[in-house]
Amino acid sequence: MAQNTAPIHRLRRVYVWEQPVRIYHWINALVLLALIATGFYIASPLALQSHKEATNAFTMGWMRYIHFAAAYIFFFNFLFRIYWGFVGNKYANWRQFIPFSKKFFKEMWYVFRMDILMLKGREHMSIGHNAMAGFIYFLTFIAFLVQCLTGFGLYASMSSWWFPKLFAWVPALLGGDILTRQIHHWSMWFFILFVVIHVYLVFYHDYVEGRGEMSSMGGGWKFIEEEVFERNHHQTPNPEKKTATENKKAS
Amino acid sequence: MINDASVQQPTYYQEVERKGYSRREFLSFVTMMAAFMGLEKSAIGQVIKAMETQPRVPVIWLHFQECTCCSESFIRSSHPIVADILLDKISLDYTETLMAASGFQAEAAMKSTMEKYKGEYILCVEGSVPTAADGVYCMIGGKTSMQILEEASANAKAVIAWGSCASNGCVQSAKPNPTNATPIHKLLSGNVPLIKVPGCPPIGEVMAGVIVHLVTFGKIPELDRLGRPKAFYSKRVHDSCYRRPFYDAGLFVETFDDESAKKGYCLYKVGCKGPSTYNACGVMKWNNGTSYPIQSGHGCIGCSEANYWDNGRLYERASSFAGFGIEANADTLGKVALAATGVAVAAHAVATNVRKHNLIFNLEKEGKQSEKELES
Ligand code: HEM
Ligand code: HEM
Ligand code: SF4
Ligand code: SF4
Repeated sequence: MAQNTAPIHRLRRVYVWEQPVRIYHWINALVLLALIATGFYIASPLALQSHKEATNAFTMGWMRYIHFAAAYIFFFNFLFRIYWGFVGNKYANWRQFIPFSKKFFKEMWYVFRMDILMLKGREHMSIGHNAMAGFIYFLTFIAFLVQCLTGFGLYASMSSWWFPKLFAWVPALLGGDILTRQIHHWSMWFFILFVVIHVYLVFYHDYVEGRGEMSSMGGGWKFIEEEVFERNHHQTPNPEKKTATENKKAS
Repeated sequence: MINDASVQQPTYYQEVERKGYSRREFLSFVTMMAAFMGLEKSAIGQVIKAMETQPRVPVIWLHFQECTCCSESFIRSSHPIVADILLDKISLDYTETLMAASGFQAEAAMKSTMEKYKGEYILCVEGSVPTAADGVYCMIGGKTSMQILEEASANAKAVIAWGSCASNGCVQSAKPNPTNATPIHKLLSGNVPLIKVPGCPPIGEVMAGVIVHLVTFGKIPELDRLGRPKAFYSKRVHDSCYRRPFYDAGLFVETFDDESAKKGYCLYKVGCKGPSTYNACGVMKWNNGTSYPIQSGHGCIGCSEANYWDNGRLYERASSFAGFGIEANADTLGKVALAATGVAVAAHAVATNVRKHNLIFNLEKEGKQSEKELES
């Protein structure tokens, strides 16, 4: 690669993450961290203050209060994201997450070879989520669901509002609170591992692609090479002709 | 209603009088029961009337795989009338432990009750039913417990599953459950209403309350989704625990002999299962309202919850992971997975810089070149 001049790319700005998706993302990230932190405390409270008097302390009370408040935000934020999967742009569409076509699986395999096995080949460059990421988010959404079901299931007997009571069937199905609580506890670890890998991969993609992956969840833009535009079906949305639905996958 | 011309039995009140209790004692008993059942004040009159007019309900009380702690709890319930009238005088048509008859005589008594009071008698079951090896692990009078249960439940008015054994299987159904001890709700046909009264044992007053409810209202009490009477099982032990303020404050006993234990702090961290256990211990207490485990410094072990024997350890909060051995709890596994992920991420970062060197090099070069052009 002893070139004197590198190929200078012309970049096109693509609006991938709409504002509602970005707001969803950061609310979700914040609230999830709060749920993990308070969940940890609920599971094994620290022995920090054994010498205080009970009158002035409400530590566990606050932890649970934050956990439940965050839980409500988390749940409705999640519901909103599902809704947006039907009305948002093509990168937010629900089809990005569910492997339903051969193409999806093929792309997943390709991402696996390029990004995990690090084989040589034409770099995989996706504009929205790549197929692997989409699928992992799908699993994450299922874990969200598990956490909401078990969480609100446990909450049902503590609450006097009808909404959590809608989940009372969950502990009944699982035979009681003990197992429900254990499942709730175990699946917390999924989120912890997810966050570590997810944040790392965002850095990784930013680094090897140079398209502004990191900031994309801030402003919504990614910067795509002109020739990728030409090569792929990723045409700028042309108001005159409808874009085909199958054109959102990267090469 | 239980009232039936064919049933030639004295009423409850007649029995009470015959036993030598005063009217005052009778009324105090009824008031207590009504309070335990969570009835309104106006319902007390209804209970009194029922006790005065209803003939006693015949009860068959079977014992299978159990330790008789339920019977023990029942006969020690706080009001003597419970034992004297409900059990001793009224309910003992058949119960292996306490009846006078034995052998063929006893079997005949049970048969006659079943025939004479078809559809009228209450069947109480204490203990689980072993179904392994065709049920040979628990046989009475030459029949397996399964056969006896089938016969006795066919024409019962209602079935009461006393205790965790009959309701959940209790310790004899702990892994690997060699006799395949089975709770009775899995074996009954479902045609007869079933009331689960879990606990190891259930509180005596709760047991009496269930029977009094059946007697006075002629129907089973309102049940929750798991089939337990709502009046006694709708709240967690944690919700009525007097140590709860310490829990909310975050003040916990760390070991059983520390300063916090002396101060009576919350037992959560030494394994109290109160937060996942539905029972009335905090309200009714045990031994005539003297105390209950938490009050004497020991955490709740969750004895009224299904699978409490296999779901984690008694003196720890940590939840064990089935199938990973006793030592592996979820957090240990999680920490190992987290460390492995950290190592994998670091390795991936290094590998990226090696394997994708050209790519990154070119990106950097491109960027540097643009930067230079800007300067000039
Ligand atoms: C998705 C992220 C969530 C995480 C990581 C999380 C984590 C945890 C953890 C680790 C515990 C302690 C469990 C134990 O006893 O070992 C817990 C308790 C609990 N969580 Fe969550 N949780 C989440 C979401 C929710 C949601 C959506 C609800 C719904 C209301 C909820 C309600 C509860 C309740 C009721 C408890 C029991 C608290 C108590 O008994 O005092 N959680 N959570
Ligand atoms: C607690 C931390 C975080 C959680 C739980 C989280 C969760 C998620 C989820 C669920 C998605 C899918 C979004 C969708 O609905 O389409 C996503 C995408 C994304 N997140 Fe995060 N995130 C976290 C932290 C971060 C951080 C620190 C960054 C760095 C700037 C980041 C950047 C992104 C980007 C760029 C995407 C879209 C790119 C892709 O598809 O891979 N996230 N995140
Ligand atoms: S001792 Fe047990 S039941 Fe009582 S507050 Fe503490 S955890 Fe809850
Ligand atoms: S405190 Fe818990 S373990 Fe003890 S009797 Fe009550 S329910 Fe059973």
